[in-house]
Amino acid sequence: MAGRYRSPLTRDDVTPKSLYLNRRQIMAGSGALLGAGLIGGRAQAQDLQPNSWEEITNYNNFYEFGTGKDDPARNAHMMTTEPWSIQIDGLVDNPGTYSFAEIMEGMTVEERIYRLRCVEAWSMVVPWNGFELADLLERVGVQAGARYVAFETLNRPEEMPGLRFPVLEWPYREGLRLDEAMHPLTILATGLYGEPMPNQNGAPIRLVVPWKYGFKSIKSIVRITLTEEQPPASWNMAQPREYGFYSNVNPNVDHPRWSQATERRIGGGLFATRQDTLMFNGYEDEVAGLYEGMDLAEFF
Amino acid sequence: MIVETVNRVLRRVPPWAIYAAAALWAAWMFYLGATGGLGVEPIEALEHAYGERALQLIVLGLAVTPLRRFLGINLIRFRRAIGVTAFFLVLAHFAVWAVLDVQSVSRIWADIVKRPYVTIGMAAFALLIPLAVTSNNLSVRRLGAAAWRWLHMLVYPAALLGAVHYVWLAKGFQLEPMIYLGLILLLIALRFPALQARLAS
Repeated sequence: MAGRYRSPLTRDDVTPKSLYLNRRQIMAGSGALLGAGLIGGRAQAQDLQPNSWEEITNYNNFYEFGTGKDDPARNAHMMTTEPWSIQIDGLVDNPGTYSFAEIMEGMTVEERIYRLRCVEAWSMVVPWNGFELADLLERVGVQAGARYVAFETLNRPEEMPGLRFPVLEWPYREGLRLDEAMHPLTILATGLYGEPMPNQNGAPIRLVVPWKYGFKSIKSIVRITLTEEQPPASWNMAQPREYGFYSNVNPNVDHPRWSQATERRIGGGLFATRQDTLMFNGYEDEVAGLYEGMDLAEFF
Repeated sequence: MIVETVNRVLRRVPPWAIYAAAALWAAWMFYLGATGGLGVEPIEALEHAYGERALQLIVLGLAVTPLRRFLGINLIRFRRAIGVTAFFLVLAHFAVWAVLDVQSVSRIWADIVKRPYVTIGMAAFALLIPLAVTSNNLSVRRLGAAAWRWLHMLVYPAALLGAVHYVWLAKGFQLEPMIYLGLILLLIALRFPALQARLAS
């Protein structure tokens, strides 16, 4: 069922395509955008203007293509995304290998303009296109015993040069609690700015969980498994003290090596001021209920 | 043959060229950062560029003696300029971090006290200050050659702390910081007389 969540940001807040393709033109057009924002009366939306296509596609963490922020933009073209299929297994009624087209069948793709907060204390606003993960899970039929959802990224060394290095234990893995996975904010994204998902952003299909640090939103998914036990997650396996299974955005719980109280919004240039990080990345009203009674400093 | 040619070319290069090149490079990087030439996140890019170049110069400075001893390449005329330039780039790295990145005195202090990789980075920086201040002929004369040399041994812990700083701030197991740490450990190990004797024989 689509449309369970409506973003306070709308299509009007997204930079028009003719503008986002060229930063200089954006600068020229910023007056017009500001005008449109004022007429629409979206005061909040103005300081949450989505990042440009250039910013979103040139500053990525996708270690399968290298650990530099510009490595994915440089190397991700090597990844074959057609054909693509996802193996769905574990505690589901209809396990199997589903082609990309089969997965998209009957799904309503909507635009979701979400904040993205990286664990490294930078952030963006991204206009994703995708559908709710709950819709897919309902279609494959979640069995009664399932409590978690595990995800896996493509593991194809000949197309992913970063896999040669043991930065993490490959393949990249992530997981969610079932209620987190079924939450209407949680989507599988297949595009951004109305275009097919660029490879460096996790083509052809990736998870987006906007209230968690970015690394939870696993890219280029090839496997989804419903499990009873909490599944292993790559960063958590590598440094359990630094990266918890939950990894909800929380300005009050610091990463052991740096503060999470503030963040740097990408796109502000060399003299951008830091801004305060919001609890659950600004989605507290929607998701705080999932963690009622839990000590978020312990379950970080 | 090659060594002689290298030394001949090097003799024609004045040491101040290193200061000039480094200053121009640092200014050029800043200009690129301010005008969109360093990608979409110029603060981090500039911070890392200055820090990594400083580390490279520290490695080069530590390599001066072994290069002469084992290969016959003579960079000794440039050693002071290399060291002082490394210090100024560490200073620039610190300034970008403090002013453009962290942006507030209380957060700077909190980071230095609470974040071990920042703490050791600051320690490395602090160790380099007396070296930079005494990198002139007057100081050598005032301190006396023996004391001066003893003081400048501080470059070894400073280099080591700088490399560990880089290893520590990286996410996951990354190769590049390990290479710097390995090079610095090797260059320090070459100072141990036993190893020197073995390599020289």
